[in-house]
Amino acid sequence: MTINVAAGDLTRRTQAIVDRLIGLEGPLLPILHEVQDEFGFVPQEALPVIAEALNLSRAEVHGVMTFYHDYRNHPTGRHVLKLCRAEACQSMGGDALAERVKKALGIDFHQTTLDGSVTLEPVFCLGLCSCAPAAMLDGAIHGRLDHETVDALVQEARQ
Amino acid sequence: MTVKIYVPKDAAAVACGADRVAAKLGEAIKARNLDVVIVRNGSRGMHWLEPLVEVETASGRIAYGPVKVSDVDSLIGAGLAEGGAHALSLGLTEDIPFLKNQTRLTFARCGVIDPLSLADYKAHGGLKGLERAVAMTPIDVVKEVTDSGLRGRGGAGFPTGIKWKTVLDAVDDRKYIVCNADEGDSGTFADRMIMEGDPFVLIEGMAIAGIATGATKGFIYIRSEYPHAIETMSRAVELARAAGILGVSVLGSANAFDMEVRVGAGAYVCGEETALLNSLEGKRGVVRAKPPLPAHKGLFGKPTVINNVISLASVPVIMEKGAAFYRDFGMGRSRGTIPLQIAGNVKHGGLYETAFGLTLGQIIDDIAGGTATGRPVKAVQVGGPLGAYFPRALFDTPFDYEAFAAKDGLIGHAGITVFDESADMLKQARFAMEFCAVESCGKCTPCRIGSTRGVETADKIARGIEPEKNKALLTDLCNTMKFGSLCALGGFTPYPVMSAMTHFPEDFSPAPMVEAAE
Repeated sequence: MTINVAAGDLTRRTQAIVDRLIGLEGPLLPILHEVQDEFGFVPQEALPVIAEALNLSRAEVHGVMTFYHDYRNHPTGRHVLKLCRAEACQSMGGDALAERVKKALGIDFHQTTLDGSVTLEPVFCLGLCSCAPAAMLDGAIHGRLDHETVDALVQEARQ
Repeated sequence: MTVKIYVPKDAAAVACGADRVAAKLGEAIKARNLDVVIVRNGSRGMHWLEPLVEVETASGRIAYGPVKVSDVDSLIGAGLAEGGAHALSLGLTEDIPFLKNQTRLTFARCGVIDPLSLADYKAHGGLKGLERAVAMTPIDVVKEVTDSGLRGRGGAGFPTGIKWKTVLDAVDDRKYIVCNADEGDSGTFADRMIMEGDPFVLIEGMAIAGIATGATKGFIYIRSEYPHAIETMSRAVELARAAGILGVSVLGSANAFDMEVRVGAGAYVCGEETALLNSLEGKRGVVRAKPPLPAHKGLFGKPTVINNVISLASVPVIMEKGAAFYRDFGMGRSRGTIPLQIAGNVKHGGLYETAFGLTLGQIIDDIAGGTATGRPVKAVQVGGPLGAYFPRALFDTPFDYEAFAAKDGLIGHAGITVFDESADMLKQARFAMEFCAVESCGKCTPCRIGSTRGVETADKIARGIEPEKNKALLTDLCNTMKFGSLCALGGFTPYPVMSAMTHFPEDFSPAPMVEAAE
């Protein structure tokens, strides 16, 4: 994960993404996705570059970025653990599982452990409702979680 | 002859370890030098049996499941490649009652074929609908879809053919087909399964929609929580383009149609069609007031068909077999089949495609086999986070748009989430309000403010603060949200709240605080 990026470098890398995607119809979301993939979050310094290219105000780009849950304005821990909080997972003890994970990591949702290893995030449905409760660790999905398997996930994330 | 062994790549199977099973199988096959190829298919929809491994034999496909990595060696030892007997053997896949009793029209190929093999797709009836459509006039294609009785499977149940007719009649230089694959409702996964298990059927459905309405460009808006579906769909679009199904000349005809996959960014409200269109345009996913309808002024202000994945994926079979074939299934004004998604606390969870008309009791007790925990069913939420909670007393309700509406419920996207007796319905009602508060786009006041007030009021009831007064207030708030909100998020959040309060009043009357005993 790149956290400290020189300003000139950031502008150049953002500009390269914009140049590649600007021909799309409605390019802003694809651009923001790629910027986040590139830097691990959407740096404030990237917004004027995008705004300038799309002939938008910086406020408009900021407004779009902050509307969507996916876009972050700060880096995450080395791993991101997403726990499904929706009804199907609740029906299979998802709430208790979430409490267990929070306690094991010593953090609440939207927080990162002090050692920078894990960021815990809620997610509303991974589409694994018939294999509840479900979670996603760095893009890998896990279903039918119980105490044992969720502890193993936390263990994996802490490394 | 090379034996085919199927290990699903569907996300539900992968979440239960299918990738590890496939890897281990691959090693075992190599070590024994067997003449076997592993095909990563979609899921058959029997999710309690995932990972469900199948082997092709002379008498049909034989299923084994749920298979763990530690089972692989004993399965190979038992002669898996010949369909040998094993404790995990389930016999012929097609004879498993859960699958045998279904009517699979939209999901006919899902779990059967290699999702990214066009040859497989064609061998199982794929492209016949599109081939027929390119030889017809647009108005005749629209008529076929209208006559089939197909209604929007996203939840609103609007007749698909009428929507298409409006776009066909609109005159403009560009028109769009937008597929709503922002399947955010908890308890639903039909869109995800079809995109992962049979992506070409969606492409075919969208191409038919393009031909029928004169639209030349399509977008599939998939939620970011579905990385597997995004990957499969994107690859399928490339393959379809290379094969001439998409492009300037669809199947060699004079019709042009192409499409792009777009990825959402974690906003539930973008499942609402006008918010989705704003999101595609690169704006905040804020709901638009209607009129104008998207069919008149949709994406970039142009006439736009916006349909759910399942609506579009049902079109090829209608075009292939004719409107009458599809219309003959179902009841009342709910024609054809509906892929039920059985989820939550159930023994047999998964996807069950059937004609409309089964009762909720048949679905929960007979098909799903009751709860996974073995405790009695307390409540069933049908239609996702905006759907009503039904008690056992309403289990005689047939699965039909109108029948559910008559009982103050909705079928929505046909997700069914089961709760056992440990569920606290006041907590569920509070969650519905909380979810609405988190996901509200903020455009209209009843939704933006009402949901937050709803959470506070539910909390007061839970703490025993003037419970009667606050229950009346919550009811009043629900009425305001229901009739005053711009879209279904604020407008339907009252369904789970009011149904919980109506059917489970005992959960809304917390025991008064006990004075010090003795």
